[in-house]
Amino acid sequence: MNSGRVVLTDGGWGTELQERGLAPGELPDFWNLSHPERVEQVARAYVEAGSQIILTNTFRANRLVIAERDPAADIAALNRAGVAISRRAAQGRARVFASMGPSGKLLLTGAVTEEQLRAAFAEQAEALAAAGADGIVIETMSDLAEAAIAVSAAKATGLTVVACMVFDSGKNKDRTMMGATPEQAAEVLAAAGADVVGANCGAGVAGYVPVCRRMRAATRLPVWIKPNAGLPELAGGKIVYRTTPEEFARYIPELIQAGAGYIGGCCGTTPEFIRAARRALELACA
Amino acid sequence: MADLKKLYDAILTGDQKTAVAVTEQALAEQIDPQVLINEAMIPAMNEAGAKFECEEYFVPELLLAARAMKSSLALLRPLLAARGAEPVGRAVIGTVKGDLHDIGKNLVASMLEGAGFEVIDLGADVAPDKFVAAVREKNPHLVCMSALLTVTMPAMKTTIQALREAGVRDKVKVMVGGAPVTPEYASEIGADGYADNASAAVKKARQLLAA
Repeated sequence: MNSGRVVLTDGGWGTELQERGLAPGELPDFWNLSHPERVEQVARAYVEAGSQIILTNTFRANRLVIAERDPAADIAALNRAGVAISRRAAQGRARVFASMGPSGKLLLTGAVTEEQLRAAFAEQAEALAAAGADGIVIETMSDLAEAAIAVSAAKATGLTVVACMVFDSGKNKDRTMMGATPEQAAEVLAAAGADVVGANCGAGVAGYVPVCRRMRAATRLPVWIKPNAGLPELAGGKIVYRTTPEEFARYIPELIQAGAGYIGGCCGTTPEFIRAARRALELACA
Repeated sequence: MADLKKLYDAILTGDQKTAVAVTEQALAEQIDPQVLINEAMIPAMNEAGAKFECEEYFVPELLLAARAMKSSLALLRPLLAARGAEPVGRAVIGTVKGDLHDIGKNLVASMLEGAGFEVIDLGADVAPDKFVAAVREKNPHLVCMSALLTVTMPAMKTTIQALREAGVRDKVKVMVGGAPVTPEYASEIGADGYADNASAAVKKARQLLAA
């Protein structure tokens, strides 16, 4: 099995920051300025676990999301700080791909315009590129139209762009919220200029094996897969993810076979998941 | 003569322009607004909901249908109000405190409006006392709460407690929903209903009002 070229990425950030005191509903991105040392702990834990690419704590640092919380916030500063923190943690041992998430507004309902999206994503992408990111990851997108706008804004910086959607709808959990299939996503994201396409978050690792296979078959671009640790549940007032690192890692050979080029985790996955994934990758290689 | 089938099809396919044109024509011909609603518009939205549930429709198709429905309904409202017709029900809706996600909540609001409910949308990050104030001022039949984050779900419980402490809990039916919310959680916190998606939310709302 040829797994020598699979790149190990990182795991969840939001859930790791909550472990370090991030309040429910508080936007993690503000911590880049208020608690940079705790953000760096998360980044460093992933580097130490074996991540070859780590992301940044900038998932929500676009104007459309941030301005709802703090209209006066310095968007560029939040993004710059996010890249600087991951760079410090990486120390040259991992590449830093900066995270860009959705606006949280639907184009279709007129809650946001294409022009507003273009401006917000361009502003964020430019700040991330100027701060020295090695690449940009557009992630957790549910609307291909919005994702395509983000991809072209990120592409304009000249950096490598990864674009991934969430497939969590439909009875097989293989559609985006807006109904797009993995094949449609691969096609639209590639046409928008993505260098890597993929899927993140979702409804756990098992469902992303067929999603990965279908994206792989639909495009010549490498495929990026970052599933969550299943859907979170509240048990006795505490949030739990049912998937264990070992269960997660058990799917690594299948993901490799399905053609994944980059593998990591999303919400609820921890450095322990990445360590387990690394062992699984090494075994698959041997 | 205005064509009810054409209105039905226009709403079902999300063709806002045609829906408005047929509605205007029907009003010019003095067709009873209630006939339009009962015989074309609500059946069309029901069919859109059914298509959503069997995955022939996804969120975009549902939203377009609701938008066409709302535009037609906007033309009928003044006439209905003039004759003192009440909406199917009145719902206060919001995403709970600490949670800024409003896509799911907006979708439910649209579908409820499409089903003839009057919807008072409190927005996102709504504190419990705002829900309480809205119940006092607007006298709704329903309070609908949404949360996308597992960490903000407990605010649903806090809000229900606040309604109870304010003595208005029994005046309303409480519905909850959102990605991490389960039927078990809904009953654990003392909500009256749970729905898995926007289309199911309309059914549940009707069911709660009939109860």
